[in-house]
Amino acid sequence: MFDYNFHWRPVMKSLPDLLEAASLTLQVAVLAMVLGIVFGLCLALARLHLRGTVYWFATAWVELARNTPALFQLFFFGFGLGAFGLHLSPYLIVLAGLTFNCAGYLAENFRGGFKAVPETQIRASRSLGMTPWQAYSRVVIPQVFRIVYHPITNQMVWAVLMSSLGMLVGFRELSGETQFFASRTFRIFEYFAVTAVIYYAIVKVILLSSRLMAARLFRY
Amino acid sequence: MEPTLKFFSGFAPNDLWFMGEAALRTLWISVLSISLGTVLGTLFGWMLYEGRRAATLTLAPVLDVFRSVPLIIQLVLFYNFAPIVGLNLDPFASGTVILTVYTAALVANVARGGIEAVGAPMRRAARSLGLSYWQDLRHVVLPIGGRAVFPSWVGVALGVMKDSALVSVLGYVELLKASQILITRTQEPFLILALAGAFYFALSYPVSRYATHLENRWAQ
Repeated sequence: MFDYNFHWRPVMKSLPDLLEAASLTLQVAVLAMVLGIVFGLCLALARLHLRGTVYWFATAWVELARNTPALFQLFFFGFGLGAFGLHLSPYLIVLAGLTFNCAGYLAENFRGGFKAVPETQIRASRSLGMTPWQAYSRVVIPQVFRIVYHPITNQMVWAVLMSSLGMLVGFRELSGETQFFASRTFRIFEYFAVTAVIYYAIVKVILLSSRLMAARLFRY
Repeated sequence: MEPTLKFFSGFAPNDLWFMGEAALRTLWISVLSISLGTVLGTLFGWMLYEGRRAATLTLAPVLDVFRSVPLIIQLVLFYNFAPIVGLNLDPFASGTVILTVYTAALVANVARGGIEAVGAPMRRAARSLGLSYWQDLRHVVLPIGGRAVFPSWVGVALGVMKDSALVSVLGYVELLKASQILITRTQEPFLILALAGAFYFALSYPVSRYATHLENRWAQ
């Protein structure tokens, strides 16, 4: 049945390179998530509290990020901006694309989280003498954080998985590096199998550490 | 700026036809894999719910793999694995197989959630009224549970529609691949990407809005 000899040796030889590329994957995903959370918060608050141009800008961002393929967004930051003479490096293309996408998805989660905290709580904490900042940071944010914790974890996993699209814009993260080696040695199946295992391991580690952190954070 | 040497021909009306055809291919592979994947995924979801120990030990980890490895890696792996076991699949067939299994893995969780959403008392009541197991599934669980998870199913389906863009790595000329080809020839990335993005958006946005609308109405 198998008229094919598996050659794992070249893969094992380049395993250190693959692992290094995996750390690049993780790096760009984490960075995109941090930026995504910051932008996502701004977008959510803009959509909740502001009117006019800012509201429409935030809405357009969120809807575009959620209703077009992530690959399209990467291409847009890759070739699309090229039309305006703005040529980003592959790293920046992936980072910008992932950030744009994550911010859009997280914004909706944050919006749901903020909406879930009744406004009466803010009024109550204000009448207890808290400043607006205190009301937000001590009453609202902790509750919102609890609600959006799992969506953030999921988005982190998505960010790692999505960063694999970097392969198509010439970014040498885990997938790009794998393709580079695979096309040099023609051991395509072997290389991608090992890469799949690495991705699986990364995802599992993220989920596990998220669960451990949740157990510590949400003890009460 | 008029180029003095014409390597590239501009965007012609003919190219719109080319893109339209590619858009139909995107639609076709999405519809096919979403329908097949939904049927398969519902079956898996039911197995996860009913099979308890056996299913959670065997089926669940397998489905988990499809959710933890980037789709693009799955596609490349399967496309290169099929010839090893003597299957000669074209990009369309490989893409459909992987997209179907990927959809099924996502839908399985949704379907299980749907079955769980129907309370045990309701099902016991149905059985006490003389409904057989299958009648109970068909006339009680499907309408009630289906309604509960319909919005998440729409989310999965739209996600798969957007992810179908990744089948382009196998050389299947769907919308995004067609755009890439046209960009290379016409050097008008912005216009072409905008067209492609508009197509995805026009498909995804109304559907997701409608799903949210239904969700809100049913929640009342």
